[in-house]
Amino acid sequence: MKNAVKRKLIQIAAFGFTNSHMTNFVSGKLYTGKWKQFCNPGLNCYSCPAATLACPIGAMQAVAGSMQYNFSFYVVGFLLAVGVLLGRFICGWICPFGLVQELFYKIPSPKFRLPRIFTFVKYGILVVFVVVLPVAATDYMGMGQPAFCQYICPAGTLFGGLPMTATHPELRAATGFLFGLKMTILILTVLACVFIFRFFCKTLCPLGAIYGLLNKISIYHLDVDRHSCIKCGKCAHTCKMDVDPVKTPDSAECIRCGACAAACPRQAIRLGFRLSEPHAAQNGGADSRTEANKLQ
Amino acid sequence: MQPSNKKRILVQCAFLIAAVLMIVHGTGRGEIATVWNKAVNICLECIGLG
Repeated sequence: MKNAVKRKLIQIAAFGFTNSHMTNFVSGKLYTGKWKQFCNPGLNCYSCPAATLACPIGAMQAVAGSMQYNFSFYVVGFLLAVGVLLGRFICGWICPFGLVQELFYKIPSPKFRLPRIFTFVKYGILVVFVVVLPVAATDYMGMGQPAFCQYICPAGTLFGGLPMTATHPELRAATGFLFGLKMTILILTVLACVFIFRFFCKTLCPLGAIYGLLNKISIYHLDVDRHSCIKCGKCAHTCKMDVDPVKTPDSAECIRCGACAAACPRQAIRLGFRLSEPHAAQNGGADSRTEANKLQ
Repeated sequence: MQPSNKKRILVQCAFLIAAVLMIVHGTGRGEIATVWNKAVNICLECIGLG
């Protein structure tokens, strides 16, 4: 089976498992079972009626902003474990909002690459809105607000806000400036995702920022066999996350989708759980360059 | 095994051990209840009303 088809099937299966309570969209109720105490490794609002699991970013802010705690060991430990094992494989294969963005990108339109500088915005959002504000901006009871969910998260607006306001007239009546702000962010994000592959993942996602940092050491990683590599550049040209796998196989932007490995004419790129030396054997590449010239 | 590979594995193991300890500690002090309580109620901030 082709890698792209396999990935899409796994993305759909992950979406289905993490949003298995579809009938709740009609009633507007939330699933309240035991699974909700566990975090989804991907970004999936827990106020989505269909959601089976808790959103890790929302949960992290909820615990840190609560009266009893200032830091969530449970959620950070979970993200650390998942990140060290899989890195941004989660973004590429499991995240429900990642799948949604890819579907928007399929809409026929001119496609653009994003200047690299914008990819650093997500780290600022992680620090300011997810880590600092929920703990620092507290009320008289010592409770903080989940600032990322409150002011930014378009996944929450799409999966939670729209279905809940559609099914609850009392919530619809309470919409105001904040809802307008979040709807604007959602519309701009969706529009950007039509033209730029995974715009939200690249620029705004704090979860992608965490997994991206852990991509550098993740056990599931990308290896380039530099003996086999002919430096034809097909992998970098194929990558929609604007990564050059030969130069930076552990890039924080790589979502381990495997498109580069599939495009490589020499099978020099491998993805998998390996404890072998990453980016193995380097040589001068003279032989490879000669072969690349022949291919071109 | 080359030194850089050894270092990478050591870092991976250290992070995994730290992650497990954090999960155990967080669970032990009752964070799961806070997560569940937030997740089973409508999060007004998440849906744009908070």
